[in-house]
Amino acid sequence: MTTISSMFIPIIVLVVISYGVFRKINVYDSFINGAKEGLPMTISMFFSLLAMIFGVNIFLNSGIIDYFFDFLKPILVLLHIPVEVLPIAIMRPFSGSFGLALLNDLYKVYGPDSLISVLASVIQGSSDTTIYIITLYFGTIGIKKIKYALWVGLLTDLFMVIVALVIVPLFF
Amino acid sequence: MINKLWVGLIVIGSLCLLLTGKADVLNAQILSSGKATLELVMQIFPLMSLWLGIMNIARESGLLFKVSKFISPLLHKIFPEIPKNHEAFGFISSNILSNMFGLGNAATPFGLKAMESLQKLNNNKKEASRSMITFLIINTCGLCVIPTTIISLRMLYDSKDASFIAVPCLIISFISLIFGLILDRIFSRRYHK
Repeated sequence: MTTISSMFIPIIVLVVISYGVFRKINVYDSFINGAKEGLPMTISMFFSLLAMIFGVNIFLNSGIIDYFFDFLKPILVLLHIPVEVLPIAIMRPFSGSFGLALLNDLYKVYGPDSLISVLASVIQGSSDTTIYIITLYFGTIGIKKIKYALWVGLLTDLFMVIVALVIVPLFF
Repeated sequence: MINKLWVGLIVIGSLCLLLTGKADVLNAQILSSGKATLELVMQIFPLMSLWLGIMNIARESGLLFKVSKFISPLLHKIFPEIPKNHEAFGFISSNILSNMFGLGNAATPFGLKAMESLQKLNNNKKEASRSMITFLIINTCGLCVIPTTIISLRMLYDSKDASFIAVPCLIISFISLIFGLILDRIFSRRYHK
């Protein structure tokens, strides 16, 4: 699987460039012209990212999440849901690296093949950083009114966690 | 919405830190966020420029158009507002394909180009169009055939079968994608009434 993935990028690059030569376009100039767009794009994404990283970091480090977990714990125990996966489930829409760090801790404690670790991995792998993506994409093209995008994104994430809780135990 | 979310994150986080007497943590976050963002952007910038360059070759040679024809029947159904054979389909399909192979770094510039071309079709430049939201929902579902980072982390901890995780991930992200698309339709219908 990972070999397929590591072959994928070189193959794309090779195919794209060969096809360009085959269609007789100036591949070099075309590359430069495209790459130049990288700078204005980076500049326009910087400010929306700055705002969101600033906000998310303050929130993540405030400790409020710990209070929230303490509050939810009894309900989860009642439903037989492993409490350990809760932080990943809640933080997944905000930050990808946070989830990866938590995953690392879970693997260390429970081993990578335990139910808890697999459940957490699936939650991490079956979703993306919804809030980051929405801020980045809308921020870069200058959309101010995002309508129902955030609601649909977050509700879908919640649904994904529920589906994972139901489906993953079936693999054991 | 983003506006309210941002205010909420900062006000709730700051109040919690101040009330628990951890003003130093707050100070550190205020000072370090700029650096963290710059580091992230500096990592993205060269890679993104490289992919934009490669993609421009694919676009000018007509390859992007050919690739998008593969999944365009499906995409036409999901994005009924985009005119057939519009360049947006090329960027959208490249973005989805890169995401599916776990190439987040390549997917982002494709995604941004897709958003730019959707913005050209958008009547109200300040307001998100329906296609934009649908496209973002597809992105946030993280449909992925090979979750590369998780597999390598599992290998690091000597998992018996590191790539097994790809199967439940694909099933679950696919189910949540279907759910997301249905929810998107319901919300957009209610919003435009």
